[in-house]
Amino acid sequence: MKHSREQGHDVTERGARLWSAPQRDPSVPQEVRNRDAATPSGGAATLADPEGAGASDSDSGPLVRPYAMTGGRTRSHGDTLDMITIVVAARQNEDWSALEPEHADILRLCGAPISVAELSAQLDIPMTVVKVLLGDLITNGDVRAREPMPTADLPEMNILQAVLDGIRRL
Amino acid sequence: MASADSDDGAGTDIPLAVKILVAGGFGAGKTTMVGSVSEITPLNTEEFMTEASMGVDDLDGVEDKSTTTVALDFGRITANEQVVLYLFGTPGQGRFWFMWDELAEGALGAVVLADTRRLETCFPSVDFFERRKIPFVVAVNRFDGDCPYTVEEVRQAIDVAEEVPVILGDARDRQSSKRILLALVEHVMRLPSPAMSRGALG
Repeated sequence: MKHSREQGHDVTERGARLWSAPQRDPSVPQEVRNRDAATPSGGAATLADPEGAGASDSDSGPLVRPYAMTGGRTRSHGDTLDMITIVVAARQNEDWSALEPEHADILRLCGAPISVAELSAQLDIPMTVVKVLLGDLITNGDVRAREPMPTADLPEMNILQAVLDGIRRL
Repeated sequence: MASADSDDGAGTDIPLAVKILVAGGFGAGKTTMVGSVSEITPLNTEEFMTEASMGVDDLDGVEDKSTTTVALDFGRITANEQVVLYLFGTPGQGRFWFMWDELAEGALGAVVLADTRRLETCFPSVDFFERRKIPFVVAVNRFDGDCPYTVEEVRQAIDVAEEVPVILGDARDRQSSKRILLALVEHVMRLPSPAMSRGALG
C-alpha cells in the first residue's frame, strides 16, 4: 500500500491505514495488518473497539424511548441544525403549558441563547431528538436559530480576534 | 446550511457559535483540558445512531437493528456578546469517525493532545486534521511534570508540517490550556487564508 509519507521511519506512517480500513486493501500483506493490530490506536483492531468504546453500547437501552417524544419522526426541519446552532425563544414569558412537555422544557431553557448541544446535555435527551423537537418549534415560530459559521466561509479576522481576546480573558 | 425556517441570525441578538476540537488518544487529557478552560462545568451529551448510519463500521451480517451512543464532552467560552466558543472533546477513534466529520465541520481548528508515553495514539487525529485541512496544534501533555522529550523530538516523531505549532503543556492547568488555545487561534490567524485552503467536508 502506498502512503503519502514515505520518509522511511515508522512513525510517519502513523495511522494512515486506519483510514482505508473500511475498504480494506487485499494487497496489504498480512504482517502489515498484524502490526497495525498490535498498535494501541493505529489499526484495524481499533475499528472494532476504539478505546474500549464498545462499553457504551450497554447504555443504549433506554434510548429507544426518546423517539417516542418525537412521535417516531426522525426527519424534520431540525435536520439543518448543527450541534452548535444557537437557539433562543422568539417570545419571552409565554405560557407553554399547552405544548408537549418536551417542547415546553426546551422553551424554558431558551430564554437566553443556548446551543443545541447544551440543550441536549441539560435535558438529557440525545441531540438527534433535540433537533427534531427544535425543528417543530422553529416551524411554529416559537424559536429563532442562528447557524454556526459555515465551513465555506472565511473565519473573519474579527471573529478570530474576538475568540483570541475571549480566551485571554479567562 | 441555513434553513428556510430559521433566519441566519446575522445582526440579531443571537451570538455566533464557533468551535475548537480537542483530540488525541484515549487518556491523553481531552476531557481534562476542556474542563480546565470551560466557563461551565463540562457537559456531556449523547448522539445516537442506528446501524444504518454507521457507514464505516463492519457490520456485515448483523441482522438486528442496533443502536449505540456516542458521548461528547464539551465546554463553553463566551468570547463576547456576539461570539461563543465551544470546545468539543472528540469521541473515540475508529467507528466514530463519522461523528468526527460532523464535529469537524466549521471548526476553527483543533488541538491534538499527545501523550509521550503513547505517542502513536495521536497519529490518527493528526492524520484526520491534515487530510481535512483543518488547522491544528500539537500539545504535548505533561502528566507528571517532566516531558522526557524535547519539542523537536516530538515534532520529528509525529512528523507534522513545519508551520504546525508543537508545544508543551499541562491539560490540568487552566493557564497552560489557555496558552495551547491561544497558540491555535494565533496559528489560524497566521494562515494566509484559513478557510480557502480547507477542503470541502462530507
